[in-house]
Amino acid sequence: MRAVITVVGKDTVGILAKVSTKCSEHKANVAEVTQSVLQDLFAMIMIVDIDQLNIPFTDFSEQLSKMGEDMNLKIHTMHEDIFDAMHTI
Amino acid sequence: MLNAKDILETITMIHEDNLDIRTITMGISLLDCADGDMDTLCRKVYEKIVRRAEKLVETGETMEKELGIPIINKRISVTPAAMILASAEKRDAVKLAKTLEKAATTCGANFIGGFSALVQKGFAAGDRELIEAIPEALSETSNVCSSVNIGSTKAGINMDAVGMMGRVIREAAELTADRNCIGPAKLVVFCNAPEDNPFMAGAFHGPGEPDTVINVGVSGPGVVRAALAKAGDDCDLTQVAYIIKRTAFKITRMGQLVAQEASRRLNVPFGIVDLSLAPTPAVGDSVAHILEEMGLETCGCCGTTAALALLNDAVKKGGVMASSHVGGLSGAFIPVTEDAGMIAAAQNGCLKLEKLEAMTAVCSVGLDMINIPGDTPAEVISALIADEAAIGMVNHKTTAVRIIPAIGKR
Repeated sequence: MRAVITVVGKDTVGILAKVSTKCSEHKANVAEVTQSVLQDLFAMIMIVDIDQLNIPFTDFSEQLSKMGEDMNLKIHTMHEDIFDAMHTI
Repeated sequence: MLNAKDILETITMIHEDNLDIRTITMGISLLDCADGDMDTLCRKVYEKIVRRAEKLVETGETMEKELGIPIINKRISVTPAAMILASAEKRDAVKLAKTLEKAATTCGANFIGGFSALVQKGFAAGDRELIEAIPEALSETSNVCSSVNIGSTKAGINMDAVGMMGRVIREAAELTADRNCIGPAKLVVFCNAPEDNPFMAGAFHGPGEPDTVINVGVSGPGVVRAALAKAGDDCDLTQVAYIIKRTAFKITRMGQLVAQEASRRLNVPFGIVDLSLAPTPAVGDSVAHILEEMGLETCGCCGTTAALALLNDAVKKGGVMASSHVGGLSGAFIPVTEDAGMIAAAQNGCLKLEKLEAMTAVCSVGLDMINIPGDTPAEVISALIADEAAIGMVNHKTTAVRIIPAIGKR
């Protein structure tokens, strides 16, 4: 099972590092990362494998969004299913 | 393979444009709860609802967190109460309403619908008692919703019931005058009522439905408006319809996913997905604003009916392709006092009752959430219901009336 983490906000040092540290802490394997910085707006999409996750998915998602708030970023973690359902036939 | 554009589009839809799953509604048949004794009947009803729906709210909340989509309401709809009330020797409809309320509260559901009677062709046992008890039931309970089907294309309109409903609506408003006349806001008078509608206040679990079923209602007027806004001003109408269809498709796919997942987790068969653009007073969540985005000056001006017809048609077509079972009302709702754009148009004097009536001939429901002066006599309310039901009956469509006499105000 895979999840999609999206991070949007003002660019600061160490966003990628912090998010991926959190992922490794909870055994979420990062499968793919795309990121772009437009002027100073940062947008990152990370696809992670959550089969080995060592905490419940909802807790993982809450921790990430809390971490985002602390850094003034919006972090959303959602199941891949939802994107598949919407964008692939 | 997912690409970044698609992912960001979904995130924007949910977090900027108020896309949400409006409701997961569990339909529960109460036909097997019929009993000659009123107390036993109520006990059976309570036990069955609680047994079936005890995990509904919990499951909804978990899915909300896991999938990352807001699921606003978790609701229950039951067999039209008049049908089981009929079996009791000493019928006490208010007691049944209170039982429904208690069961819904125990389960944590926001609303329970189905304090209803189907009288399009005539009154059966229990129907009159139930209808007469509606004002008291709505005043004594807070989360019970009621509906009465007074007509259908096949059977015509039951004018005796229409006459009764005018009085019932007035009385319901009078009994709740101290609470902003909330009573009639929970009461819908239908013509051609759908049996699988997940949206309140008109939800009930039709007699032709399975024992228990999961129906999902998706909304998202904001998403449609945003998609049209992004397309710019030089689209022709074919492109407008195409954009709406494509957006409706995506929204419904999300509903389908949630419905299937909820049905799997609750071990209850999946019923239907109802894609209805149901506005809320939140900014950007308005059907009137979609119509204005399509090019109308204000909702209510000439062209409104045509624009609404285009919107409703495109929403239905996009939805049908996206879900294995589309049902309920599916289309655009126009509840006047719940839609920021409609409120503005009504205040400007652009949107009048006559125009609204014309709009109901092409939208998915009818005259919805409309305040009328508190001194409107019951006969006038009945006449309004009859007009609206006539539109539905002749045009093979669902129409509904949910009007609120504002007692003490003009």
